[in-house]
Amino acid sequence: MSLIQLPSLRSALRATFVRELRIAGRNLAELANPWIFFIAVTLFVPLGLSAESKVLSVFGGGLVWILALLSVLLSLERIFQRDYDNGSLEQSILSGQPMYWLVSVKVFAHWCLTGLPLALLSPLLATMFAVPLKGWLALFLSLLFGGLAMSYVGALGAAMTVALRRGGLLISLIIIPFYLPLLIFGSEAVRSAQIGNPYVPHVMVLIAMAIFSVLFAPLAIGGALTVSMRE
Amino acid sequence: MAWQWFHQLGSPKWFYDKTGPWLPWIGCSAILLFAIGIVWGMGYAPAERLQGNSYRIMYVHFPASAVSLGGYYVMAIAGAVGLIWRIKMGFMVMKSAAMIGAVMTFLSLATGSIWAKPTWGAYWVWDARILFMLILLLLYIGIILLMETYRNQDSADFMVAILALVGTVLVPVIYKSVDWWYSLHQTASIKLTGKSAIDASMARPLIFTITSAYVAYAWFVIYNARTEVLFRERKTKWVKDLLAKG
Repeated sequence: MSLIQLPSLRSALRATFVRELRIAGRNLAELANPWIFFIAVTLFVPLGLSAESKVLSVFGGGLVWILALLSVLLSLERIFQRDYDNGSLEQSILSGQPMYWLVSVKVFAHWCLTGLPLALLSPLLATMFAVPLKGWLALFLSLLFGGLAMSYVGALGAAMTVALRRGGLLISLIIIPFYLPLLIFGSEAVRSAQIGNPYVPHVMVLIAMAIFSVLFAPLAIGGALTVSMRE
Repeated sequence: MAWQWFHQLGSPKWFYDKTGPWLPWIGCSAILLFAIGIVWGMGYAPAERLQGNSYRIMYVHFPASAVSLGGYYVMAIAGAVGLIWRIKMGFMVMKSAAMIGAVMTFLSLATGSIWAKPTWGAYWVWDARILFMLILLLLYIGIILLMETYRNQDSADFMVAILALVGTVLVPVIYKSVDWWYSLHQTASIKLTGKSAIDASMARPLIFTITSAYVAYAWFVIYNARTEVLFRERKTKWVKDLLAKG
């Protein structure tokens, strides 16, 4: 029995979430890094490949998906790295609050800063890549739920490499195979919506993957972070 | 009593002592099986009606592919044994299985692309199975790199076992989704000439080479695990005695 009264789980989780957003708000340059990458490629593609809307609309949806994957990959390292370096991750493990929930909230905050804005931005990108109106909803929904799976699976890679110097490249290598199903279903959803085929099944598969990774990834992430502390 | 062997196998010293005498037998039977299969396959099996003699590379290609996929599960199960029962031997087997698995996957891809040139007209074709093998190779490489980057042995074992286990859940998903992706795309200019079901006269040597690949796989896993045992237990008395003896 502990002598110190622990704050309730709810307030601890709220504090974690608010802290993540506040840190992100104070490191705008770091936060904007994937977005700048996103904008850069958006500019490069029409110039480098073709600016004709007929050509662009063929691969526009898939391109937005590739961009989303790459920018999430770029941002994975920051989920745990700073907290690991300055010791606050260790403190939250020692805090007595359940790891599962702390990790879940932390990764959820990451999604709010990467996956969610990408999904919200997707209509703008769809316009720029000449994706027909029919494909917009599919693009939005697939990025919304696919992004959730991307964050949770990616956080597992981040947790496994957090104790390593220069783990960034290794994260990508570990995580890329697990991202491929997401890319396949996400881009296929947009493609079938564009030609008028049903896209709901693809989105359903993505939702299933998101639910699965949201439920189970924090278990493995918690274990990996605890072991990382020993390094 | 019934489970005693399980605990004994968990002891590195017991593993080292016990598997030593097995190695020559396993190695010889692998060589013998492979020799029978390859001589039979290369020299006596009939040439294929459409592909001529080029199909004979399958006597290396099929075994490598079968072992690389099965090897992933050997690796993951060994990792799970290590995690669940805290048996260090499990991690050592996992490590040696990862190395051989990666080599076999690469061999499968390499022989496959050599075979693809005369058959499909290109070294690389975006086909579901090829893509899957490439992803499998990436998984193996990720696991090996993760294993080598950690300085602390316990952390490395834990992380790699977790990654291998997560992979076991995802490998079927990847397999299915790649398959599904491929069936949606038009198969542009691929002509699958050797589509006919394989004849028994060609299949019999194949059985020999596939068996030999599994036996050789077992030999490599045990051999590497023994080296790993010596390395990890280098500070213990029995290894020092063993090495002093020469």
